[in-house]
Amino acid sequence: MSMAADQPSPAARIGRFLRDNPVVTLLILLALLVLLLQVLRPGIVNERWIGNTVKFAIPLAMLAACQTLTMLTGGIDLSASVVATIAAFVVATQEPQVGTGLAIVLSLLPAVLIGLVNGFGVGICRVHPLIMTLGTGLIGTGCLQVYQRGVIATGSVVPASLEWLGTGRTWGMPNALVLFVPFAVILLLAQRRTGFGRLLYAIGANENAARLSGVRAWQVYFGLYVLSALIAGVAGLLYVGLIKAPSLSLAEPLLLPSVAAAVIGGTSIFGGRGSYSGTIVGALILTVLNTLLTLLQMPEGARRIIFGGIILAVTALYARLTDQG
Amino acid sequence: MMRGLSRNGWVLGLVGLLILLLIVTKLIQPSFGASGLESVTRAALPFAFATAATAVVVIAGGIDLSVAAMMAVVGVTAAVLMEGAGVTQTWLVVLAVLALGAAMGALNGALVVATRLPDIVVTLAMSFVWEGVALLILKAPGGAATPWLREVILGPIAPGPVVSLIPKSLVVLAVLLMLVWLPLRRSRLGLSIYAIGSDATAAFRSGVSIGATRVAAYAIAGVLVAMGGLSVTLSTGIGEPIPGPYLLAAVAAVVLGGVVLGGGRGGLLGPIVAVFILRIVRLDLTLLSVDPNVTTIVEGTIMAVVVMLGGILAVRGRRA
Amino acid sequence: MTDAAADAPILDAQGVSKRFGAVVALRDASLRVRRGEVVALMGANGAGKSTLVKILTGALRRDGGTLRIRGRDQSFGSPGAARRGGLVPVYQEPSLIPDLDLDENLRLGGTPREPFHHWVRELGIPDPPMDDPIRHLPLATLRILDLARALASEPDVLLLDEMTAALPTDLVERVLKVVREQADAGRSVIYISHRFAEISQLCDRATVLRDGATVGDLPIEPGVEEKIVTLMLGAALSPAQARAREATGPATTGTPRLRVRGLAAGTKLADVSFDLHKGEVLGVVALEGQGQDELFDALAGFRRPGGGTIEIDGQPQSFRHPADAIAAGLTLVPGDRAEALLSSRSVRENIAVPYVARPRHWGPIAMRREGAQVAQAIERLQIDTRAQGEVRRLSGGNQQKVTIARWIAGGVQTLLLFDPTRGIDVRTKRQIYALVRDLAAQGASVLFYTSELGEIQAACDRVVVIFNGRVVDVLDAQDADEPMLMRAAYGLTAREVRA
Repeated sequence: MSMAADQPSPAARIGRFLRDNPVVTLLILLALLVLLLQVLRPGIVNERWIGNTVKFAIPLAMLAACQTLTMLTGGIDLSASVVATIAAFVVATQEPQVGTGLAIVLSLLPAVLIGLVNGFGVGICRVHPLIMTLGTGLIGTGCLQVYQRGVIATGSVVPASLEWLGTGRTWGMPNALVLFVPFAVILLLAQRRTGFGRLLYAIGANENAARLSGVRAWQVYFGLYVLSALIAGVAGLLYVGLIKAPSLSLAEPLLLPSVAAAVIGGTSIFGGRGSYSGTIVGALILTVLNTLLTLLQMPEGARRIIFGGIILAVTALYARLTDQG
Repeated sequence: MMRGLSRNGWVLGLVGLLILLLIVTKLIQPSFGASGLESVTRAALPFAFATAATAVVVIAGGIDLSVAAMMAVVGVTAAVLMEGAGVTQTWLVVLAVLALGAAMGALNGALVVATRLPDIVVTLAMSFVWEGVALLILKAPGGAATPWLREVILGPIAPGPVVSLIPKSLVVLAVLLMLVWLPLRRSRLGLSIYAIGSDATAAFRSGVSIGATRVAAYAIAGVLVAMGGLSVTLSTGIGEPIPGPYLLAAVAAVVLGGVVLGGGRGGLLGPIVAVFILRIVRLDLTLLSVDPNVTTIVEGTIMAVVVMLGGILAVRGRRA
Repeated sequence: MTDAAADAPILDAQGVSKRFGAVVALRDASLRVRRGEVVALMGANGAGKSTLVKILTGALRRDGGTLRIRGRDQSFGSPGAARRGGLVPVYQEPSLIPDLDLDENLRLGGTPREPFHHWVRELGIPDPPMDDPIRHLPLATLRILDLARALASEPDVLLLDEMTAALPTDLVERVLKVVREQADAGRSVIYISHRFAEISQLCDRATVLRDGATVGDLPIEPGVEEKIVTLMLGAALSPAQARAREATGPATTGTPRLRVRGLAAGTKLADVSFDLHKGEVLGVVALEGQGQDELFDALAGFRRPGGGTIEIDGQPQSFRHPADAIAAGLTLVPGDRAEALLSSRSVRENIAVPYVARPRHWGPIAMRREGAQVAQAIERLQIDTRAQGEVRRLSGGNQQKVTIARWIAGGVQTLLLFDPTRGIDVRTKRQIYALVRDLAAQGASVLFYTSELGEIQAACDRVVVIFNGRVVDVLDAQDADEPMLMRAAYGLTAREVRA
């Protein structure tokens, strides 16, 4: 009733616009970055470059989906990169023995297992998701090393179909879109139009209120962390098709950017707010930013500082904006 | 379940477990003695300092996820500055990195207070920043530790039948921790740290300045972190920019050591004993010639289970 | 009142005001305390007592008004500053640090030892262990220790908030004696209590707050209770609210919808029994902290009862989770709206949460059907949906309607309303009364706790009055006017009956 009466300050109005339409703002930011790149290195922006950028942004956007979904409930999934690496490594080492189809199934089993453990830790033991997923990530890495010893003789082959998906192009556009577009559409629909999606927001906005409405939060946490791990696994399969060389730290460099993409995309790390559409643009922005930093010959250390700084600054900014109401 | 045990009961139980593990180790490897003990203690040193730092912040009701990254910053800074340094310069470097630790910790704390974001978010972001700083200082392992300073933590305190069983590193650890902790524990600042972790409202009403106390807790943790970073450089002889596996180990040792996540309860002794327990479990697995990778898994699982049990106990405590 | 110099107030707060966002907690509160005086600070629930106390002790900053201590203007920035200024409070929740031992607590607060031990002995409890964490001690002991700590710092003004609430009778006597002696020795005391017996025994004057303003300042003398009750009520008896009731009440025979027997929970709810019938609205009246929170939490499955039984339609129930209570048809609208709302989500999502709570409804939502159901609930409650994108942008009244609509949309069996009209506008209040009557007419049962006594006649059929965790009175709503309820809630009827 009072909101029509008071005239918000311009800063507050811009703030509210930013918060309500993060995607528009982000698209403007993306365009500015591309423009900057074009100014710094005229002619770099062409169809090939766009295809490449999209190709590298897709695995990042998929891992960032794990962060987006978990962050909607106020959590985070730091085991996502490990899960992706495991899936990639298992599929490449099992391919020679059992064929592509079975190898893919086998590669996603560890993902489900880690997801279940995360769900148990977060939902039942109430461990903070950050600590829990950090722990399962470390255990997963250990298991992967043991596994590597066992399969050292068999060698590894990246399945041709994954390579087609990861690196191939059709009409200039990466084939990965065949997987990603339906994935993104389903996720975007699911977050608003399924009961599960609604509950993620509900738990993140106010877990107590959700409980009051009869939601058993642990059930949601189990479902969420298994889903997140499965997405991470699939992202790993896609990524190994892109990189074409499975290693024990394949997806590790994507972890920090995946958190950053979700945060930049307007997903609140406190839960209850955000959308996957923002995350997708966030992943594109980070990929372009990465090109820019490479172009400027920015050392790895400075990049990490920038990413850490971005996460902190953006989180603080969004928190401030939402405080203003 | 925990309520029946007094504060000291839990720590005594841990000490008993530690002794039991030492006996088991002796049984597995009859030749286990002074040198074995020495290497365990030296390897435990960085873990112990990281754990002490984490404990201080957790007691104050926060958590610092950037402990390992800050240790890397301190380690590489020390290694770069100490390379070819003389006696005076070495001591100056030691003082400088301790100050650096305090400053980094204070910055973490100040950001937590200023942004009003949860500790876990701020320190996660800062862990990336500190990682980057370490990489900027040294791209790859390099630098060197002053050799005579390395001697301070190498070997037994003196030759002889009994004293040779006591490693120098253990004495260094004990002296340094007591130097920081004992005066703190008795001071008003120390009480305030417990108070804000235990019940922030009651602390505020008792006249404690919550923001300042929180920054101080992070700064003290920073000093302990600096000691940890120094000990890494001294024991390996070079600076390593990639953070070691100290973070989760520290959180697990803190929980196992009887410090409640959420704040207010516990001390330093329990977590330090827990560090040694975890290190000796690792040693025993190695002695049993278990694959080192499996050892990592077992260790990780122990830590995860400890944290989960801690969580369940906390949930129970809240219900009761 | 004769000699200005001797009678100069030691504490003089005038026209203090405080807002929390849109909510006005204090409008014009004044309090004057002279040296050696014990002043009772009184007011019904939500009158602003605790806000005033927090402002006096530096825990909150006032928006307007003046505070003079010993004639000088003061503004305490923190509780520590207030302590140094000679103003020492003892809150209902002890402000001792639970995880520190007594010795450490005393050091933290800078409390002198000798006086502290003197007061502990004086108050008549055995010397407590110095090196055991405070949290192991019972609440009564903690409150006495907190009081001893306050006395040891030799305050000019002692603020006691419900000091005798958790104490056994013998300790109450001791506390009253010690406080009186303090006053006789020249210290001043602000005494907040619901207990008239103590106030007439201890206090010199009573300052009465209503709706955030000071409405009276009376000397304590025989018969003052009635005057205070009248002041606390004000002219609240607006005839428009007292509604004509249909002659035929609900059937109160047969198996009740909800039967509660001997229910106990936590430290406050001791022994409560009542029946709630089909089509009945049963009011609950209690002063703050008499166990009503625990009662509603236990009925809604939020807290396990410590004893007693809950039956629905004759079937005994045991709730492990709110979902169990909801499955049994018991749905709660909690007192604090923030507890029930997904503040960053839309009106629609807020109303529709219960539909998707169970895993079998996790799949795609039938958007059209849901939309229709939500629209119907919005229509029925007349929710203003201009700002429906985020419920936190709605007014308080509309927010409250949303929390109720959540249960209306799915069909109500038994609705537990905990103070649903707190802090909302009159129009919305009337709509809620009408809705409650309407639901009852359709066969629903409603348990209606309210801190506004006038609402009992406006909305309820019967009313139970709870005091000290027990039912002290059951009245027909038509007979339960505000003065009567107020007396019952203060335990005054019981005393009269005895007398």
